[in-house]
Amino acid sequence: MSKEVESEKHVSYLDYQGKYKGIFGWIFSTDHKRIALLYLYSIVTFFFVGAILGLVMRFELVAPGETIVKPQTYNGLFTVHGVIMIFMVVIPGLSAIFGNFLLPLHIGAKDVAFPKLNRFSWWIFIAGSIMAILTQFLRQGPPDTGWTFYAPYSTSTGTSVILATSAAFVLGFSSILTGLNFIVTIHRMRAPGMKFFNMPLFPWSIYAASWIQLLATPVVGITLIMLIFERLFGIGFFNPELGGDPLLFQHLFWIYSHPAVYIMILPAMGVITEIIPTFCQQKVYGYKAIAISSLAIAGVGFLVWGHHMYTSGMSEQARWFFSLLTFIVAVPSAIKVFNWIFTMYNGSIDLKPPFLYALFFIFLFIIGGTTGLILGSVATNIQVHDTAFIVAHFHYIIFGGMGFAFFAAIHFWFPKFYGTMYNIKQANFGAILLFIGFNLLYFPQFIIGYQGMPRRYYDYLPHFQWAQVLSTVGGVVLFIALIVMVTNLVKGAKRGAPAPANPWNGSTLEWTIPSPPSLENFDTDPVVKKNPYEYN
Amino acid sequence: MSENTHHITPYRTLGIILLILLSLTFVTIEITSIHLGALTVTAALLIAGVKGFLVLSYFMHLKHESLLLRILVALVFVLFVLIVLITFIDYAYRT
Amino acid sequence: MSNHENHTHVHRDDEAQKLGMWLFIFTELLLFGGLFLVYSIFRMQYPENFHESSLELSVTLGVTNTVILLVSSMSVAISLTAVQKNNYKLAKWMLLLTVALALAFMVNKYFEWGAKFHHGLYPGSELMHLLDRGHHLYFGLYFFMTGLHALHIIIGVILLLISYVKIQKGKIQSDNFMHLENAALYWHLVDLIWIFLFPLLYLIS
Repeated sequence: MSKEVESEKHVSYLDYQGKYKGIFGWIFSTDHKRIALLYLYSIVTFFFVGAILGLVMRFELVAPGETIVKPQTYNGLFTVHGVIMIFMVVIPGLSAIFGNFLLPLHIGAKDVAFPKLNRFSWWIFIAGSIMAILTQFLRQGPPDTGWTFYAPYSTSTGTSVILATSAAFVLGFSSILTGLNFIVTIHRMRAPGMKFFNMPLFPWSIYAASWIQLLATPVVGITLIMLIFERLFGIGFFNPELGGDPLLFQHLFWIYSHPAVYIMILPAMGVITEIIPTFCQQKVYGYKAIAISSLAIAGVGFLVWGHHMYTSGMSEQARWFFSLLTFIVAVPSAIKVFNWIFTMYNGSIDLKPPFLYALFFIFLFIIGGTTGLILGSVATNIQVHDTAFIVAHFHYIIFGGMGFAFFAAIHFWFPKFYGTMYNIKQANFGAILLFIGFNLLYFPQFIIGYQGMPRRYYDYLPHFQWAQVLSTVGGVVLFIALIVMVTNLVKGAKRGAPAPANPWNGSTLEWTIPSPPSLENFDTDPVVKKNPYEYN
Repeated sequence: MSENTHHITPYRTLGIILLILLSLTFVTIEITSIHLGALTVTAALLIAGVKGFLVLSYFMHLKHESLLLRILVALVFVLFVLIVLITFIDYAYRT
Repeated sequence: MSNHENHTHVHRDDEAQKLGMWLFIFTELLLFGGLFLVYSIFRMQYPENFHESSLELSVTLGVTNTVILLVSSMSVAISLTAVQKNNYKLAKWMLLLTVALALAFMVNKYFEWGAKFHHGLYPGSELMHLLDRGHHLYFGLYFFMTGLHALHIIIGVILLLISYVKIQKGKIQSDNFMHLENAALYWHLVDLIWIFLFPLLYLIS
């Protein structure tokens, strides 16, 4: 069903020459597609910086005792690794890149609601990122608090906490504005005839995530300012000697940071929900359930934050409440997993890279999710809180989940972005290598975690070493796989074979326009189908 | 062109609302000078809530806006209240 | 609520602008909400301390400022109605009145804070650190919340002045007034926050 548009008027958005020339045509662009690529290139760069930091940590951990860095350096490493990965990669990642590129296309619009605000969002994303990177080079030394900045250590340590928290504040602002933009876009710019329940499911996931970005981020914003004021003026909110409570910081912090993980995973699930029907060539099973479950996850996700705090000293009633809500929020996620699998049933499956990554996603997400249930239960949580088990859990969910969905997305929409195709065999090889390296790196951490290996420790008892060695090997394999994947994509972008408008026989609107699209996306009003997932 | 068939709030309405708001302000001051313990706070917050409702409905024009917008505003307040109440589950029951 | 206009043409979408401002208002509500949460926790834990400390505040100044903001909310709303009725002269005067009231608020705030500073009471001061527990937290919250609120007054004034200039230049008309409506919404938000801030800080004695 692909439509080759033969028009000498078709100038792709990549080639379009507007008011600004050269690089300025990009950094001053208000075109959602160019902004998406700007986010892509910056975020991939930050990801590799964060990954290398992770690798350094893995080399430190390969043997007990001091291996390659000093303890204080190690504290700085896990802090900046977390800050970069969380605030500069996984929170903005899918929304800012694929939300920006695909949302207008999926709803038949020519751009987002506020293109200039969109550009501003990217600028402040870069500003915040520069601030975060600068923290590594200040005289006080890089922050050593962990990305979670818990009081009272964060209020008293001499390191560059104020700059780091300011950076997070600025990055949060970027997230808020992007969320705002997308919500208005979805409400106001759908093509004629496209009701909410005619939208594809990726925009639904972006919609739900955008609400979280909008409503949760201000809470961490004000909390970071409280932290800064604590350091500057000693206002005492988190200081028991002055009447305050360190736990209050944890509450405020996690009131944002738990919903934040749904900012990460909801668009990931949205991506998977686009890929699976396409590569099975049949419609999504349970469209409405998936749409509503996205909203349910976003809503209930605001009420579970205390499951990060079971051992902190909260009341028993609070632990009971948060545990109950945590089990409830797992239900809509499980619904999605069932729906994906049922979508595949009796389908005509094509094992291309996007689909391979999607299958890996489901596997890794299930492991991450079910270990999340172990953590949601207070009794088992107490055993594994602050151990490597937690580290394994969140890497399975964030990296195995959102990360693999990211890789799936880039392989899926690559031909649309660039009008060329990458090498399929190399892509699949990279995916398999990545999957092997990933599991080798993180699965052993579950085991030594429940055996007692603490997180954020650079030293450990010798009987944990077997797992640390395996993990480090896994880390190296994973890194190599990333190189394989990225070089394949870069090669494909530069020298790949031209790709048609609809190489995967997808049925959503982006596949009806040329690859790459022209500046304003649609030459004529798109024909809106009642069911976005129809294949012949 | 704007698709607004925009309702225009009459000057008179604005003046009346202001008078009500000012009256409620003075009621709050009177009530909070009586020591009723926890009830004082509740009363003050309730009156503030009424004032807020009037500002939202008339000055901010919510009364004449779409149902969607009104629901969204309500949901935001509900979210805030839930967050406060849930946090209190911790603090109220600490031993 | 689907957009029934042709979306591929360049056109003005007032509803989108309004929705955008409301969404931004939601973020401000949650931002201050975090502070209200902190306040409510510490108020619950230190009721007497909070009561004692609030005696230091001038209820008169607080009431005056409350009245100022309520009137300013009405004046900016009148300004909007005036524009909608093509009465640009009244609209501009009402905007100036709103700004004047805002400045009066800030002057009061200057005196209020000035008195505290004069007595050595400010964030980080020695006197502040001599206060214990609930007293210390109360004043920390007082300065933080009223300070953040004052910052928003300044932002609001800037938005109102921009609207004034736009009316002056004829860019705001009775069929094109979204900038003013949004500036007014922001101003009402500033008033709304104070409506809750005032009794919680000033009237708990």
